Amino acid sequence: MALNNETVLSRLKEHFGDAVLDSYENFDYLNIEIDASRNAEILRFLKIDTQMNFIYLTDLCAVHMPDQTGKELGVVYHLHNLEENYRLRIKAWLNINNPEIASATSIWKGANWMERETYDFFGVVFTGHPNLRRILNVDHMEVFPLRKEFPLEDSTREDKDDRFFGR
Amino acid sequence: MAEQSIFGEDFIQPEERQYNTLNLGPTHPATHGVFQNILQMDGEIIMQAEPTIGYIHRAFEKLAERRPFYQVTPITDRLNYCSAPINNMGWHMTMEKLLKVETPKKVDYMRIIVMELARIADHLVCNSVLGVDAGALTGFTYIFQERERIYDMYEEIAGARLTTNIGRVGGFERDFTPGFHAKLKDFLATFPKRFEEFDRLITRNRIFMDRVINVGPISAEDAISYSFAGPNLRAAGVDYDVRVMNPYCSYQDFDFIIPVGTSGDTYDRFMVRQNEIRESLKIINQAYNNMPEGSHHADCPEFYLPPKHDVYNSMEALIWHFKIVMGEVDLPAGELYHAVEGANGELGYYLISDGGRTPYRLHFRRPCFIYYQAYPEMIKGQMLSDAVLTMSSMNVIAGELDA
Amino acid sequence: MVEAPDGLHGEGFFATSLSKVIGLARANSMWPLPFATSCCGIEFMATMGSNYDLARFGSERMSFSPRQADLLMVMGTIAKKMGPILRQVYEQMAEPRWVISVGACASSGGIFDTYSVLQGIDRIIPVDVYVPGCPPRPEQIIDGVMRIQDLVKNESLRRRNTPEYKQLLASYGIE
Repeated sequence: MALNNETVLSRLKEHFGDAVLDSYENFDYLNIEIDASRNAEILRFLKIDTQMNFIYLTDLCAVHMPDQTGKELGVVYHLHNLEENYRLRIKAWLNINNPEIASATSIWKGANWMERETYDFFGVVFTGHPNLRRILNVDHMEVFPLRKEFPLEDSTREDKDDRFFGR
Repeated sequence: MAEQSIFGEDFIQPEERQYNTLNLGPTHPATHGVFQNILQMDGEIIMQAEPTIGYIHRAFEKLAERRPFYQVTPITDRLNYCSAPINNMGWHMTMEKLLKVETPKKVDYMRIIVMELARIADHLVCNSVLGVDAGALTGFTYIFQERERIYDMYEEIAGARLTTNIGRVGGFERDFTPGFHAKLKDFLATFPKRFEEFDRLITRNRIFMDRVINVGPISAEDAISYSFAGPNLRAAGVDYDVRVMNPYCSYQDFDFIIPVGTSGDTYDRFMVRQNEIRESLKIINQAYNNMPEGSHHADCPEFYLPPKHDVYNSMEALIWHFKIVMGEVDLPAGELYHAVEGANGELGYYLISDGGRTPYRLHFRRPCFIYYQAYPEMIKGQMLSDAVLTMSSMNVIAGELDA
Repeated sequence: MVEAPDGLHGEGFFATSLSKVIGLARANSMWPLPFATSCCGIEFMATMGSNYDLARFGSERMSFSPRQADLLMVMGTIAKKMGPILRQVYEQMAEPRWVISVGACASSGGIFDTYSVLQGIDRIIPVDVYVPGCPPRPEQIIDGVMRIQDLVKNESLRRRNTPEYKQLLASYGIE
């Protein structure tokens, strides 16, 4: 089966029905929003199914959109089928008060550190991850720095006057 | 115990093995960057490794949310700083995709020359430093002389040696100067011979081969599962190269092969990089000889700084110049992912723009970060000196690891 | 070749002051500890190479052990995670020791005014010479090393025992 946007979407819909919440295209990429509670089975299907065969996890990251109440944190998976050269983007939105989602480490080993980085920056808890702790920031940091409410600059610095820096 | 102990009959063999803990890093001599590995060792053999990174975390992704798009280019420089032009060009191409700007063919060819020079520079560093780690310092001193010539060429275009901030959205500031043409011709004529000299020193050297063959192997399935990319993946046997699979910037016009290894060990990674240098030279030759005529930039006045003559004489050009430099030009809203083949693999830019003057979210898909997580598995069961060579051959650049 | 200091010549003898001789010897045989973290480290590798050649200035042997080094060259961004390690390396060095901070990031945090970057290493260790640049050209790094050589040549032999120096170290919390 040739992979293109219609065939992938229809095959996913026929297997998972209502777990596929939304889909849209931008810049020739198919984006599929899925139900976050079923991401493990959907991702496993995408990797193992012989017609889908997305063996390569290109990227795993997160986005924080504070305006979408109830769905503030989005986990974004970029998948790539190397043989057919087809790329796909999967999104799963989470509530910021309880950002838990299943880990993809058992499906692609490369998801290990990508999920740790996402946890470090956004606080997304990946259940089933073998070693979920901070990776880039200092271990005792309590906040999640890439969320929109956290400032960029170090709040304890005293030598730079914000008036001169246009902030 | 039935084993014959080499220490004689009175020696009492300990019942259980005790492991030593050895801390490798974060400051270690081979100037690779700062990352730490805590090794559990059984004598000389490594049983387990626990890597710790983040010692140079500079918060690029958060910083990019604050900066207008031209000010993001210097940040991308500092990702894989040995081949900074590739990062810059990748960012400019991402912007052009978002803004739906078509670059003329001449710009594509100019970009390819600069990117392939950067790829050569990065592979030269990796291979010569691999030689240094194995004890061969001579190759390093020869090769850094060649890198100086590549730096001279960057200086002709951008004025800086290492963190170049080359190019603009839509093209370049000016056409290649006569000085650049002279230097490039000289480089293309003399570099191959000097490179072969370096090759003769190391590639078939008996000591080097004994030290790197079967060291740090990884299989193709594991490499794909770990999302490896670039020379490390190609050494394992998978011929995935973004330039061929998703061609950007007119790479489809060029004739080059993708060197692929078999076993994914250190020697294969070294040889893949050596051959990629030769392929890059082929590409530069083709680009230089077939350079088309045309403008050195695309026609997008809202995003490309106007020429100085117009800025000093016409009102609109002055206004555009001011708006672009102060970062007051709004990006269209959109979401895209663009990947280029960096020196370490697929370098991806995932950009979400909400229509403001700065990116809403910019995520860098950094190949170094992703493949370094396989390092503990690659060195399990090997000796300590092999671990150093494996790390060195994977070309781990700390800037890209931590961002 | 370095010039001999001023002194009295004679048949078979040369008399000068002890501090000048020791300053001359120290300045022209500085063993650096390259603490290279990021991009400035690559410019340092270029400085060490044959085109710019730091070895001419006596820095032939790059000591990677702090116990055997005179000059700590901090090149590259120091993040807050790295700060305690830099401090530990500095404390392991034996007197007399000098510190040169190469690059904008080491001097003041550079372009990275973020929550995770230490805004200048002089917040944790005393620095003698700052070399600005992002990254500084090899000629600038060599200029920085030459400034250190001037400092070393003219330093009094008792400086490390003076109360001012002890107060400087105490202000950083170093014993």
